[in-house]
Amino acid sequence: MSIELGHFALILAAAIAVGQTIVGFLFWRTGNRVTAFVRQAAVLQFLFILVSFLALVQSFVLSDFSVALAYEYSHTQQPLIYKITSVWGNHEGSMLLWVLILALFGAAVAVFGRNLPGDLLALVLGVQGALGAAFVFFTIFTSNPFERMNPVPFEGRDLNPILQDIGLAIHPPLLYVGYVGLSVCFSFAIAALISGRIDAAWARWVRPWALASWTFLTLGIAMGSYWAYYELGWGGWWFWDPVENASLMPWLAATALLHSALVMEKRVALKVWTIFLAILAFSLSLLGTFLVRSGILTSVHSFAADPTRGLVILAMLAVTIGGAFALFAWRAKTLRVGGLFAPISREGALILNNLFLATAVAAVMVGTLYPLILQAFGGPMISVGAPFFDLTFGALMVPLLILLPLGPFLAWKRGDFVAVIQRLAGAAGLTFLLTLVTVFLVGGQVSLATLGLLLGFWVAIGAIAEIVDRVKLGRIPAGQSWLRLKGLPKTAWSTALAHFGVGVAVLGIVSVSAWETEKVVSIGVGESVELSGYEVRLSQVEQLAGSNYIAERVKFDVTAPDQSVRSSFSEKRVYTASRQPSTEAGILTYGFSQFYISLGDQDESGNRVVRVWFKPYITLMWYGSLIMALAGFLSLSDRRLRVGAPKTARPTPQPEPAQ
Amino acid sequence: MALTRKQKRLSIIAVLGIVLALATALILSALRDEIVFFFSPTELLERPELSGQPVRVGGLVLVDSWVRDGENNAFAVSDGASEVMVTYVGLLPDLFREGQGVIAEGRLTEEGNFLATTVLAKHDENYIPKEVEQALKEQGNWQGKYE
Repeated sequence: MSIELGHFALILAAAIAVGQTIVGFLFWRTGNRVTAFVRQAAVLQFLFILVSFLALVQSFVLSDFSVALAYEYSHTQQPLIYKITSVWGNHEGSMLLWVLILALFGAAVAVFGRNLPGDLLALVLGVQGALGAAFVFFTIFTSNPFERMNPVPFEGRDLNPILQDIGLAIHPPLLYVGYVGLSVCFSFAIAALISGRIDAAWARWVRPWALASWTFLTLGIAMGSYWAYYELGWGGWWFWDPVENASLMPWLAATALLHSALVMEKRVALKVWTIFLAILAFSLSLLGTFLVRSGILTSVHSFAADPTRGLVILAMLAVTIGGAFALFAWRAKTLRVGGLFAPISREGALILNNLFLATAVAAVMVGTLYPLILQAFGGPMISVGAPFFDLTFGALMVPLLILLPLGPFLAWKRGDFVAVIQRLAGAAGLTFLLTLVTVFLVGGQVSLATLGLLLGFWVAIGAIAEIVDRVKLGRIPAGQSWLRLKGLPKTAWSTALAHFGVGVAVLGIVSVSAWETEKVVSIGVGESVELSGYEVRLSQVEQLAGSNYIAERVKFDVTAPDQSVRSSFSEKRVYTASRQPSTEAGILTYGFSQFYISLGDQDESGNRVVRVWFKPYITLMWYGSLIMALAGFLSLSDRRLRVGAPKTARPTPQPEPAQ
Repeated sequence: MALTRKQKRLSIIAVLGIVLALATALILSALRDEIVFFFSPTELLERPELSGQPVRVGGLVLVDSWVRDGENNAFAVSDGASEVMVTYVGLLPDLFREGQGVIAEGRLTEEGNFLATTVLAKHDENYIPKEVEQALKEQGNWQGKYE
């Protein structure tokens, strides 16, 4: 019964979304009562989708196999947490989660946007309503999660073993919040284009949403990378797979958007470009979410593909993205160009940042879609792999990272390049010193990795240097420096922290790419293998039964160079319901480095194939991402950026009517 | 050095233009040199000039062809018409089985052996890589969904 209630609630939500769209678009200029209506509609739409989502969760938790989806992806013996996560471990359920988060953001705009001008809010919620209606109808008509089945099976078919992991509870929701949060920026952009109202205040309203989405995207991507790393057992953390690229592109666009919105907020420049980025970022999110689902691109990570829906998805993407860019092309010229600035200035630096990020988006997009395009025109079948992306994306990141520490030091409007270099001389010296010491310690020659280390240290130290410079450490009495430090605005801290995180992540990526070691051996119980000073002994094999799988657990004793011994467990599991095998890698963390043990099959002599990696400083890349996300939250907590804060420094000029 | 309004704008546009041109050149040259072509076993054996180049080959793992000795694996990949012997050192994916679809990336030796550096089998039992599906269709061996 509750499942029908859920289905019904979803249909009601779609109807409300349609109403929200029509009223929002047709009567946005009418006044407060219309605004009040669309705000209530947005909240109501969210509540109905929430009811519908909870109904689906309930059917999974209770193992109600009369619901086809629960039968396909769930099992009575799954632990409760996986019963819940199974809800979105498939196409239909993840669609419902997606629209739930979309509606959540709509409701959040309605609640926090009280102080926005009524007409703008009505338009923004109108666009959110249109997106909601489109995707809720898509869910109902092509991906209905509430289908019943008759007769009712006794037992479910179980979720893919790879997905039975805590990663499924964390990664997709974080990523979806990031993807879908960009819809708010998109709606603001469309509203700005329709109403013709676009000024510094617009950027101030959009920035918190862009910041929140960016923060969650950062977390989602980092979590996804770590999940794939420990779960797939290949020891890799990034494969340049279409699904990964699909999440990287909106992240790059959102990063660019954050920076360009800053220019728009402070200097009323880059208006057209910022609007463009807002549309682009969400379009890339849509592309990322749905191109993979359409089955057109194949990926190692996609579990929710169903090519039969491909055409519908493509049509929806074409209408949404094409429509938005058509509107942009038609209306963008009505936006007035803003403030002037010299090429060497904070604005100039942020433009360069945007240039490199946007070009990086283009490079990743070309690499991801090129095989498709080639095939569509009858060309050969190809795959574009890591070498392409390493070369193009890598080459674009080098100048970006070199210039990054300079940006925050440049003054708005007109900067003094020489003075900036002088103020950063200490940081540059320290960077070279640290790099030299590191290269000397690992005993390596000068190579590409040295350049990578230079970049990582440069960005991280440059970020610290910005704080040091702001508090005038050493140039004024220490007590005054301390006072200045306490008085620094949160935005200064979050900028420095985010850039510091970038540097840390770069260091991790460079280190593991350059100095990772690995070995594949076949060993029996009691035998050992040596790698990078660590000795791994296969000490014990035991059989054990999990709640819904049986496993062969292999214990490894790892002796570190300092003679400390720790145990690691790797497992080969077979899930009883689906008969699917799965391998759990054993990972030991030493400081920032990790030792990774992957287990293969047993051969005739009873030996086991074991693949071991030593991954120096690999965790730095995830810590770096966490630091970036922390910076995002810190910046979000700043009162001056409080969502929907109405105060404008100077009165905004009255916008001209649209038509 | 005071720049006029026009000069400021021009200098910014010039920098943008140069960076974009360089990036385009980079992407285009990478598209020429850094991509990997996919072949079915039949196509691969017809083109001996490919030996030594990184390529991908895909098909079904021939039943009863998989031999292993510790970490060394050898198996035949077939599209129904012809087959290629693949050797691979390392751990094969969990779902690597005889009769299943697989893609191997590596190089063909002069002797016609394929030395794989990566073997991909997807984490889904009923999965047939799209490229493999097409290769099988070309040889007239496609029977709908392989189980």
